[in-house]
Amino acid sequence: MILTPVIPRTTGERVRWGVLDAWVVTRRHFTHLIRRPVQIISGLLFPIVSVLLFGYVFGSAMQVPGGGDYREFLMPGMFGQTMVFGIGVTMAAMITDKERGITTRFRSMPMARSGVVVGRSLADMLSSVLDLVVLILCGVLVGWQWHRGFGPLLGALGLLLLLRFAVIWVGIYIGLVLPNTESAAGVYGLLFPVTMIANTFVAPQMMPGWLGAIADWNPLSATVGAARELFGNPGLGGDSWAANNPVLLAVIWPVVLVAIFLPLSVRKYRMLGR
Amino acid sequence: MNHAVLAEGLRKSYKDKNALDGFDLVVAEGTVCGLLGPNGAGKTTAVRVLTTLLTFDAGRAEVAGFDVVKQAAEVRYRIGLNSQEAAIDEILTGRDNLVMFGRLFHLSAKVARRRADELLEQFNLTDAAHKSPKQYSGGMRRRLDLAASLIMAPSVLFLDEPTTGLDPRNRNEVWNTLRTLVDGGTTLLLTTQYLDEADQLADRIAVIDSGKVIADGTPAHLKSQIGGDQIDVVLHDQQDLPKAAELVERVAKQPPEIDEDNRRISAPVSNRVVALTELVGVLASAGIDVEDIGVRRPTLDEVFLRLTGHKTEVAA
Repeated sequence: MILTPVIPRTTGERVRWGVLDAWVVTRRHFTHLIRRPVQIISGLLFPIVSVLLFGYVFGSAMQVPGGGDYREFLMPGMFGQTMVFGIGVTMAAMITDKERGITTRFRSMPMARSGVVVGRSLADMLSSVLDLVVLILCGVLVGWQWHRGFGPLLGALGLLLLLRFAVIWVGIYIGLVLPNTESAAGVYGLLFPVTMIANTFVAPQMMPGWLGAIADWNPLSATVGAARELFGNPGLGGDSWAANNPVLLAVIWPVVLVAIFLPLSVRKYRMLGR
Repeated sequence: MNHAVLAEGLRKSYKDKNALDGFDLVVAEGTVCGLLGPNGAGKTTAVRVLTTLLTFDAGRAEVAGFDVVKQAAEVRYRIGLNSQEAAIDEILTGRDNLVMFGRLFHLSAKVARRRADELLEQFNLTDAAHKSPKQYSGGMRRRLDLAASLIMAPSVLFLDEPTTGLDPRNRNEVWNTLRTLVDGGTTLLLTTQYLDEADQLADRIAVIDSGKVIADGTPAHLKSQIGGDQIDVVLHDQQDLPKAAELVERVAKQPPEIDEDNRRISAPVSNRVVALTELVGVLASAGIDVEDIGVRRPTLDEVFLRLTGHKTEVAA
């Protein structure tokens, strides 16, 4: 069999191979999902259990500022939290590849330098869409609704996925920087405060002033607040500028995060092992 | 004869140490070169530079006739790399692994599948093609890992400690596979900590220490340089050590190494039978009480001690 090297000479060829390489890597992650459905189920189990726990166990003691049903308030928070928790999947996959030497093999091959990270982010985005669909169904079952029609619904889902996209690049970067799986445990420990000191489960107005301010400015709060606004769910508003402009912030925060972590990740990948 | 690998004056330094310090190496096409050295000698750094994974500070390197910096993509199409760990996806099947890597070498889907089947057949993995590598034995995993490196039929294959962590049976299996590849014309550059591995496979051995090649030659040449075998004498009585060491030196014609705690004297000898007989005789007539005496192959530590004058950093 004659196997000829394909060296891209023009920018067009380079882009074409870059896209193709990223797609091969994306397909690899999908095959992983198909071969390990347990992974999907366990990934979704946590938000579903949280919905039940917070919606029914804690929910009766929770107050929504301005009144309204707690489960209506809760669901956008669950969507947002699931987007942020997705960082675990991204990070773990990057670290596993590095530990197994697969990253080294990729780097010794003539594939595009961007292929691995772009493929990874694409795969995670597509599986996040699946996560959202399941959570929406779960929300509908516990009585959550969107009240402003399909346009704002899609807008809210778009902002949630934008947050996920930003989180993916943070995850890729951390995954490339951390030396091994053990060191990732610390990052997981940080995830809870990050998603709790926000407007996900409790309105920041109910927290001590300084904590509420941090919660208001948390990128997750912006996305969750924007989703509440676009879904027409209760619990909006507050004293701070951040709490009153969630949609704008839900665009700015992820864009800033991507602008920082995407170039950092690509650079780190190129410099690996240096 | 053309060279498959050429390195000239490679230098690579990290904050606190020089990983490569004027590394020179020439490997002729179709031959096997063993890079022998202890942990931290610079073997892996050299391989990483030659496989385009690592930039370096000074020097020049060509692999398969292409510059590793300026023509990295050309080089990457013509090399295969295997490290200590089998770099394969644990969740994909064996065949899917090969197809995926083939696609990343920019083969069409059809050609990638055909090539995968061909390699599975060649490496005796056809029956396991649709299983996950998790279910493979250590030897099967190494074979799949090798197959993944051979998708483009590379002209130079780099093997970084290819049999570390394998049991003797799997090690032999890997050695046999590598021999078949060499018969097919592939150039092999392998790093190893095991003298016998280099001995088994390599046409030439380059001994590397502190980031440079300090000895280079055929295995036979290197062995004669350090003396083929090693003679060990263990005494019953510590106070006999100086006298016995003198006798050993006379027989071995080299100053021996003395391990006082274990009352042991060791020295390289060129003819094991003659040396052993002679030494038993002289020790007996000097009335020295010998607890144990024997000849053995030198360990890598001893090769190093002879060549470099210092011990390896890692006690093997």
